[in-house]
Amino acid sequence: MFNFSRVIEFLPQLGTGLYYTLLISVVGLLIGFILGAIFGLGRISKNKFYSIISSVYVEVIRGTPVLVQAMWIFFALPIITKYNMDSITAGIVVIAINSGAYIAEIVRGAVDSIDKGQMEAGRSLGLNKHQTMRYIIWPQAFKRMIPPLGNQFIISIKDTSLLSVILVPELMFQGRYIASNHFIALEIYTTVAIFYLVINFSLSLLLRYTERRLKY
Amino acid sequence: MITVQDLHKSFGDNEVLKGINCEVEEKEVVCVIGPSGSGKSTFLRCLNLLEDITSGDVIVDGYNLKDRTTDINMIRTEVGMVFQQFNLFPHKTVIENVMLAPRKVRKISVQEARERGEALLEKVGLAEKADQYPAQLSGGQQQRVAIARALAMEPKLMLFDEPTSALDPELVGEVLEVMKQLAKEGMTMVVVTHEMGFAREVADRVLFMDEGIIMEENTPEVIFTNPNSERTKNFLNKVL
Ligand SMILES: Nc1ncnc2c1ncn2[C@@H]1O[C@H](COP(=O)(O)OP(=O)(O)OP(=O)(O)O)[C@@H](O)[C@H]1O
Ligand SMILES: [Mg+2]
Repeated sequence: MFNFSRVIEFLPQLGTGLYYTLLISVVGLLIGFILGAIFGLGRISKNKFYSIISSVYVEVIRGTPVLVQAMWIFFALPIITKYNMDSITAGIVVIAINSGAYIAEIVRGAVDSIDKGQMEAGRSLGLNKHQTMRYIIWPQAFKRMIPPLGNQFIISIKDTSLLSVILVPELMFQGRYIASNHFIALEIYTTVAIFYLVINFSLSLLLRYTERRLKY
Repeated sequence: MITVQDLHKSFGDNEVLKGINCEVEEKEVVCVIGPSGSGKSTFLRCLNLLEDITSGDVIVDGYNLKDRTTDINMIRTEVGMVFQQFNLFPHKTVIENVMLAPRKVRKISVQEARERGEALLEKVGLAEKADQYPAQLSGGQQQRVAIARALAMEPKLMLFDEPTSALDPELVGEVLEVMKQLAKEGMTMVVVTHEMGFAREVADRVLFMDEGIIMEENTPEVIFTNPNSERTKNFLNKVL
């Protein structure tokens, strides 16, 4: 029933899929983190405009499914912009804006959780607001962000599997293609599952290590 | 050094400071006493604009804090502040706590900041703790580091908001010792405190605050032996 020897011949295709999964995850989450920092700080900003924009972004993204976001960006958006994105770029955009909204909430929560005496201590020493954020608040908040960020990274990596619907040649897309053309669904989907598991488990270990290395 | 004229401060509808007038001269040590909720902390925090001023004038070192042209970050480098809860930076070692502001605000070199920091830690008796994190220190030690951190900016004036109130009784003395030393060296200080012994010994002047105004302002001898105001008398009877 189980015939893994047949998987070997498809390893190059699965490798390609893995490459795109990792590419989209890494680039998407990097941009997502930047978006999350920008809009997370926006949600606690005293600037009305900045804070409203940030809230709207977070609510819209949290309130709609990733799958719908992917379809919308790949099929609907070009109707407005008259510009066809290739599927990989679209995939990165989807992961970035989707994770960005959740990361914004993580950033907001972490920054909010830092005692306000820290800001006051920084300001009373003559550091300006930006310097206090950068040297005092942010490093402490960052440590608190690591566990929920890890969680979000894992969710987003798994979400990339949905991008097969917009023809991103990632792991799931390759798996589906091979499975349906060669009738080895069991072996291929098991292998694909193991690939995801290995990525996410390694990430977990890496994050745990990072957290431990921060001494404070 | 400080002139406060008709300072009012409200939080929403709650008027906390109801017209404060006072002067602090250079090298003077002024202690502020009074019941909880009387506005002592708020008053102190108005002196470096941690609270914005509702109305009135606060003039520090010749700069009116209300003027738009006054650079508040520059003023704050001249005004050190020590908090009840220490507020050390937990992610930085003791020496890094002390070095941060001189490095980033005064832009002095690492070398110079470290030398200055080590000298200050020596002064507060914590030279050997330089590379530890705040969490590894006792409350009294943390507060002494906080004092060193404020002094690292070479301020002209130090504000203390109940610096010993969060400490176990046996640790109060070591912090007060450091403050006494500072006073002796001629630092201008405004100290909100419940340590009447300290106020009596070190203060040049004592302000008694009640319900958002300065009820009485006098030398410690007068305040503690023969206060003018009935309110002061009642308060001191309760705390002494
Ligand atoms: N940020 C704030 N927002 C609203 N009200 C405040 C705020 N800070 C202080 N208050 C109010 O102002 C009043 C005076 O507070 P303040 O902390 O200045 O008193 P205090 O004399 O320092 O008292 P304590 O001895 O307990 O420290 C209190 O009634 C307090 O509730
Ligand atoms: Mg107080």
